[in-house]
Amino acid sequence: MKSEQIKALIQPHQVHRDVYTSADVYNAEMQHLFPNVWIFVGHESQTPNKGDYITTQVGDQPVIQVRHTDGEIYVLYNRCPHKGTKIAIDRAGNTGKFFRCPYHAWAFKTDGCLLAIPLRKGYEDTGFENTDSSKGMKAVGAVKVYRGFVFVRLAKEGIAFDEFFGGSLSSIDNMVDRAPAGRLEISGPPLRYMHNCNWKMLVENQTDTCHPMVAHESSAGTAVKIFEELGSPEPRPAAMQIIAPFMSPYEFFEKMGIRTWPNGHGHTGVNMSIHSNYDAIPGYFEAMIETYGEEQAKAILDENRHNTVYFPNIMVKAPLQQLRNFIPLGPNKTLAESYVYRLVGAPEKLVAMSAMYNRMINAPTSIVGHDDLEMYERAQEGLNANALEWVNIQRLHKDDEDYTEEVVENGTTERQMRNQFAAWLKFISASVEDAPDTSGSE
Amino acid sequence: MEHNITPNDIIDFIYAEARMLDEGSYNDWLDLWLPDGHYWMPLDYKQTDPINETSLLWEDSFMLRLRVERLNGARTFSQKPKSRCHHVIQRPFVDIFDLENGEFQTNTSMHYVETRLDDQILLALTATHDLKLVDGKLRIANKKVELLNSDAAFGNIQLLP
Repeated sequence: MKSEQIKALIQPHQVHRDVYTSADVYNAEMQHLFPNVWIFVGHESQTPNKGDYITTQVGDQPVIQVRHTDGEIYVLYNRCPHKGTKIAIDRAGNTGKFFRCPYHAWAFKTDGCLLAIPLRKGYEDTGFENTDSSKGMKAVGAVKVYRGFVFVRLAKEGIAFDEFFGGSLSSIDNMVDRAPAGRLEISGPPLRYMHNCNWKMLVENQTDTCHPMVAHESSAGTAVKIFEELGSPEPRPAAMQIIAPFMSPYEFFEKMGIRTWPNGHGHTGVNMSIHSNYDAIPGYFEAMIETYGEEQAKAILDENRHNTVYFPNIMVKAPLQQLRNFIPLGPNKTLAESYVYRLVGAPEKLVAMSAMYNRMINAPTSIVGHDDLEMYERAQEGLNANALEWVNIQRLHKDDEDYTEEVVENGTTERQMRNQFAAWLKFISASVEDAPDTSGSE
Repeated sequence: MEHNITPNDIIDFIYAEARMLDEGSYNDWLDLWLPDGHYWMPLDYKQTDPINETSLLWEDSFMLRLRVERLNGARTFSQKPKSRCHHVIQRPFVDIFDLENGEFQTNTSMHYVETRLDDQILLALTATHDLKLVDGKLRIANKKVELLNSDAAFGNIQLLP
């Protein structure tokens, strides 16, 4: 696609349906957006020992996160430089000191360097040493481990990590600060939930505060009704803490507030959130005071941000130590992987709470997730209607919105969705303009 | 009454439970449960900890009731139209038959089919039931459903194996 074609899809108050449905737009995202921004890969506790690896995707690119023999984390393209065979396909494992391709036994150090090829003399005097195949498994452009979270930029050159995320890193900071030991560890594998819809629908829903009381009335509303029928017993059933707040009125979500940062990041729950009213867990505050002192411990725990979107495709829920990764698999197919982390040094009940939230809300078996997926898939199908080619993102839109500045607004604004599309346009069109002319190949 | 229970009664109970789920007799099904029972569907193959790691389901009586009542709600959008399900079960093994304490455990292989609109999914699974004899009636103390492909990515699974 050409830059002008992409620009024409985004207007201040609406976006063209092609951003959700078109294979050309999807290909442009994979070629020009995902490689040029910072994308989540995994957590360092998933690869704690030398040789430990996980396999995943960055956009549509298969990658391996591996702990090299020097103790550093490397992210390599999951492709043998010989014939293209994926080097590893299990989701996690340990490869020892080197990777060995199962097809022809080419071997690579865990930083990707070519170590050995059987019958290597067959490549003598062939010019092999001048090929990319001789250079081993290719590493991504740049890796940054931020407080345990591994991000990559596929492109060698591009925006720096700190510049890209800026103030939004405060949500990851708050999540990790909640651990008395100052670090997180992964707890079990992620939920894996397949969605027949575009990846951006999931991301936009993270800061959509006008849907919970509507789409989730059947779960949250019924929970409240049953609770009242039971005579409002104390302690509250777990579902009342977790699911019932989805029924909070519009005014609650308005007051919750939304903050947006430059480059498409933003979060709901500035002043308080649906996570503010959880029961205290014995021993936790005491452990926090021991690390931070009372004042700082209180400040960390009083921050109850709801969902933080890290553009383009993850969401972090700091008070519950959760991360959701929305992995694009096609214009109308997305895999949502939902992780929970353990706060090192905190009582086990906290990770139990995170795991409970995860299964109640984010699972393919969740009565809350069911209605979200239903809405996304109905939208993906409904967008085919030629009645209207545009999707409205106008709620509380102002003419002079400047997405290069950090602002806090009414919690029901769709500004964060507009912010995401501003970043989308910024990164994708800059890259398209820089790219060599490929007209004729479209 | 206890001494009248035979392994066949246990097996009949498992068949009858599957039929209740297939026919949507959810109130009868909820009545089978003891109040402190849990329905567990692990996420990880051979998962041992239902609490501190994510499961697909770890539902207490409140959640099971909520799940069932929601199915009939006027605004239960993901159930418009409703899903249907079908269990084909192999004859259960009665692995524990403790007449003295009125405690029993079964292991049942089954194929579970769920359908809605044009989509249909097939899940292969093993269900483990802990049953108790209370006031002469068999009740479900706990139920564990291990999907053969629990680590696969699923779309919605809306009803219960």
